[in-house]
Amino acid sequence: MANPIKCDICSKPATVHLTQILDNKVHKIDLCEECAQEKGVTDPSGFSLADLLLKASLNPEATAGGMRCEQCGFTPVDFKKLGRFGCPACYIAFKGILDPMLDGMHKGVVHAGKVPQRAIERRSLHERLSKLEGDLSEAIKAERYEDAARCRDEINQVRQAVEQKPQRQER
Amino acid sequence: MTIGSLIEAPSEFTDSSSGKSAIVLMTRIRLARNLAGHPFPGWAKPSEREKVLESCRSVLISTPLLKRGLSVGVDELGELERRILVERHLISRELSGSKQGSGVVISKDQTVSVMINEEDHLRIQMMRGGFQLKKVWGAINELDSLLEDSFDFAFSPSLGYLTACPTNLGTAMRASAMMHLPALVIASQMEKVVRAVNQLGMVVRGLFGEGSDASGSIFQISNQTTLGESEEEILKRLSGVLQSIIEHELNARARLLESDSGKLFDKIGRAFGILQNGHVLSSNEAMNLLSLIRLGVDLGIFPEARRCVTDRLFIEAQPGHLQYAQKAEVDAGQRDLLRADRLRSEFANFPRPDFSLSANGKN
Repeated sequence: MANPIKCDICSKPATVHLTQILDNKVHKIDLCEECAQEKGVTDPSGFSLADLLLKASLNPEATAGGMRCEQCGFTPVDFKKLGRFGCPACYIAFKGILDPMLDGMHKGVVHAGKVPQRAIERRSLHERLSKLEGDLSEAIKAERYEDAARCRDEINQVRQAVEQKPQRQER
Repeated sequence: MTIGSLIEAPSEFTDSSSGKSAIVLMTRIRLARNLAGHPFPGWAKPSEREKVLESCRSVLISTPLLKRGLSVGVDELGELERRILVERHLISRELSGSKQGSGVVISKDQTVSVMINEEDHLRIQMMRGGFQLKKVWGAINELDSLLEDSFDFAFSPSLGYLTACPTNLGTAMRASAMMHLPALVIASQMEKVVRAVNQLGMVVRGLFGEGSDASGSIFQISNQTTLGESEEEILKRLSGVLQSIIEHELNARARLLESDSGKLFDKIGRAFGILQNGHVLSSNEAMNLLSLIRLGVDLGIFPEARRCVTDRLFIEAQPGHLQYAQKAEVDAGQRDLLRADRLRSEFANFPRPDFSLSANGKN
């Protein structure tokens, strides 16, 4: 054969070829014997194909360039090495690499499950509070005392809402 | 609660009462959660890990379910203690090998454990004996909602709960059932089952998770994907797969009894003989023998009430538990002697097999 299939992990000639059908999408992975052994593919008790697909699907060009997560300093090269992200904000910073990877990894690409409702409400109150506080000091600086008074009243209201023990809003 | 008193106390798994379910030994659900604005544990600096560990520990130990439980840093645990927690499925192997700045909080009854700074900031886990996906989901969902009062979990409306590894995004939920499938193993059908289950988007692993072998014919079946479906949908799908595996196992048992009962009874009878009289037993051999005894219970060869004995011994025959009982680290060769001693004494008063009852093959 002129052009043997290469191992998705180390590029040696592949001898193990796996196919998984997940929701009518076919996933293929080709491995050399050593990598197959190492990843436990030959172990009948099972192995994590998801993990393999994850590493194989990350194309090398994506790891080039000077991308970096502003929050934690993580780079795509680190991802290639660790197979894990650095912090929650990495999911925004590396959206470009993530999206093709997600395609086919899961049943869908959009979350359809539980939402931490109370935490989200609380966070939006906090965000509102810090915005109001900014508005307040600006209003004072600009001597717009009517605006400042309004901001202060609103701040008090929001504070009360925050301090109230989060009550379940049963419908 | 101290680690010592926790180990002495019966756990859900070592003491799950009999009759809950013959084929599903245990149901387990875990949720991965991370704190917004903090680097994931694998990327965090040691000081950041410590800070997260401290704040999580203090919140967790004051929640109603975990109060009076055990809260401990991994570095405070001895080698054997860690091993026992792994063998009881209360911590992962990854956590037991982790460096500074990780820990675990375990409920007094050992059904809830929350690992801190494993792959994610929090790995909340709940388990129950038998086939109880719905019940476990209800309880862990409630605990998770309660924790929202204290933590800002990293969450994106489109990607769901944000986890260190993208394979856990979305619900970040892994639900699994531990199943005892001896007839499928004896009939060499397990490979086929694994393949079919994989194609349905579920994963099959051995007793101790990824990479562990399936000694004792015990397998863990869990969902592979977490994004794009609600928790309830995932559980419904998993439940369907589990039901059909149960059916296949029951069919395989019926076929074995019909076509090859002599050979099957021989295996069970020999297992009984070795457990009563053996003097050297490796962990793997012990698991396989115990598995045959458990099958014998299911087939009515041994009394129903003895199923809990095999389930307890599955765990107590593990290296960590054996050495802890001996209060010393013992090498593998010595352990095999100890294990055989232990099993001989457990089986000395075990009722003899009665093969006449199962002749009509009722299960």
